[in-house]
Amino acid sequence: MTYPVATIIFLALIAFVIILGFTAGRWKAADLHSIEEWGLGGRRFGTLISWFLIGGDVYTAYTFIAIPALMFGAGAIGFFAVPYTVVCYPILYLVFPKLWRVAQRHGFITGPEFVRGRYGNRWLALAIGVTGIFATMPYIALQLVGMQVVIGALGLPGHLPLIIAFVVLAAFTYTSGLRAPAMISIVKDLLIYLTVIVAIIVIPVELGGFGAIFAKIPPAKLLLAIPKAGSTGAYTGYATLALGSAMALFLYPHTTTGILSASGPRVIRRNAALLPAYTIMLGMLALLGFMAFASGVSAMPQFAAGFKHYGPSFAVPALVLNSFPAWFAGVAFGAIAIGALVPAAIMAIASANIFTRDIYKQFVATTSPATETQIAKLFSIVMILGAVAFILVIPLTYAVQLQLLGGMWIIQTFPAIAFSVFTRFFNGWALLCGWAVGIALATWLAYLNHFTVSTYPFHILGYTVPSYIAFATVLVNIVVAAALSLVLNAVASDKTSDITVAADYV
Amino acid sequence: MASPWRILLLLVFVITLAVPFFNRAGPALFGFPFFYWYQIVAVPVSSLLIFIVFLAEDKAETTGERL
Repeated sequence: MTYPVATIIFLALIAFVIILGFTAGRWKAADLHSIEEWGLGGRRFGTLISWFLIGGDVYTAYTFIAIPALMFGAGAIGFFAVPYTVVCYPILYLVFPKLWRVAQRHGFITGPEFVRGRYGNRWLALAIGVTGIFATMPYIALQLVGMQVVIGALGLPGHLPLIIAFVVLAAFTYTSGLRAPAMISIVKDLLIYLTVIVAIIVIPVELGGFGAIFAKIPPAKLLLAIPKAGSTGAYTGYATLALGSAMALFLYPHTTTGILSASGPRVIRRNAALLPAYTIMLGMLALLGFMAFASGVSAMPQFAAGFKHYGPSFAVPALVLNSFPAWFAGVAFGAIAIGALVPAAIMAIASANIFTRDIYKQFVATTSPATETQIAKLFSIVMILGAVAFILVIPLTYAVQLQLLGGMWIIQTFPAIAFSVFTRFFNGWALLCGWAVGIALATWLAYLNHFTVSTYPFHILGYTVPSYIAFATVLVNIVVAAALSLVLNAVASDKTSDITVAADYV
Repeated sequence: MASPWRILLLLVFVITLAVPFFNRAGPALFGFPFFYWYQIVAVPVSSLLIFIVFLAEDKAETTGERL
């Protein structure tokens, strides 16, 4: 052990939340043989628990490692995470209280289920469900990477600690369902807030103040590049990254699950105003990337191996080890690792809900409620172990690239879910065509970028307009879906196959 | 329930996505270049705007919803 004190604190924190995870099943006790209880916490979380749970969903270990790493490596562009996690909240406010209502009235526990009810089209729902599961798989894998980086920074050997952590995660997810991450997210967030507050006080003092930190950042990294003539340059790149990511955010299965587990629309609307508190913390965390740069950790011999192995992702762990006493480094690393367990559990549960409701029950066999829950519980284990295998077998760069693709795929479900709570103008088959065009186009453009860059320089009327691929392709998706809907509504309307009524949405 | 107050939600998009406006170093605040402090200050401002819309539209619901 390279850092015995930090390691002991770290392990103690992990052990504590694991115990919490197993006991969580008895919290707000109910029949966990019902999928609404296991997979949705019985739709009874109030404002505070929802705030922690959705916060645990959105601001994950991957975020804590990747955003500062982007600032450290690429500079100002990494700060897009801040406007991204602001503009997502008006979208949350407008769309998701309505989705909650209709879901509660009809017993829907997933986004695809709502779409199937709305359009009577199980193929459209299948497309949306499969998109969700595929987008989530690399996301879980990257949570493991977040954990792997801190385990590596502590000098713990090999893959074994990671495997143990995720086997235990699978076990308490299986027994306690959504209650486990809901309860653990409280611990996670308290530790993260503590770490960030200490970091933004202690580290700038060590480095001579924020002015001194920013002064050490090269001008090319400090601000976005001024666009060249005839191009909107980094400006549209930055804005579309923020807006496209925000549109995609709550379409992920795990975020939808977090929202639907709230006790009602008011809780969701209230949280749209309260959740930005996390964004301030995320902004501070992003700046840790600059602090790592200014502190010169990348040139220190004791961190050379870490940077060689993990690249810029090692910036925050190195900064933490360099700036804090060992015991507090243990707390900070514990916070990051627990920040991996919470979303990973919700992601596994959410994918399991989709697999059960939108794939198994629709295309394999109808089941009793108890069997349904059993299938979901087993599939949650498949998701977690699949993610562990993914990270052990497939090189890390592929996981990062797949997560990048995942964002471009999941946004293609925006018209079918977000527009459908307001209007039944669209036709189910038209939405499916729009989805297919969007997925194909996004994948092709990402391929042209060698799956490494998420923006693409589009040429429009002689202008070069770099845009986040997800954002540009969902616009094409919307145009295709709208145009085909006009045609299909005239010749083969599916408007009678809507099991919801206008009153379900208010 | 949709109300004119929702124009404030549009304002959130405008202030947070006005990249050419805030992509500059000065004026600095507590050592933070404008680009950084503006976007951080935009967070509580946006939060407040959303909260105003919530308060304006909020009505007691009959479902006995716990907050």
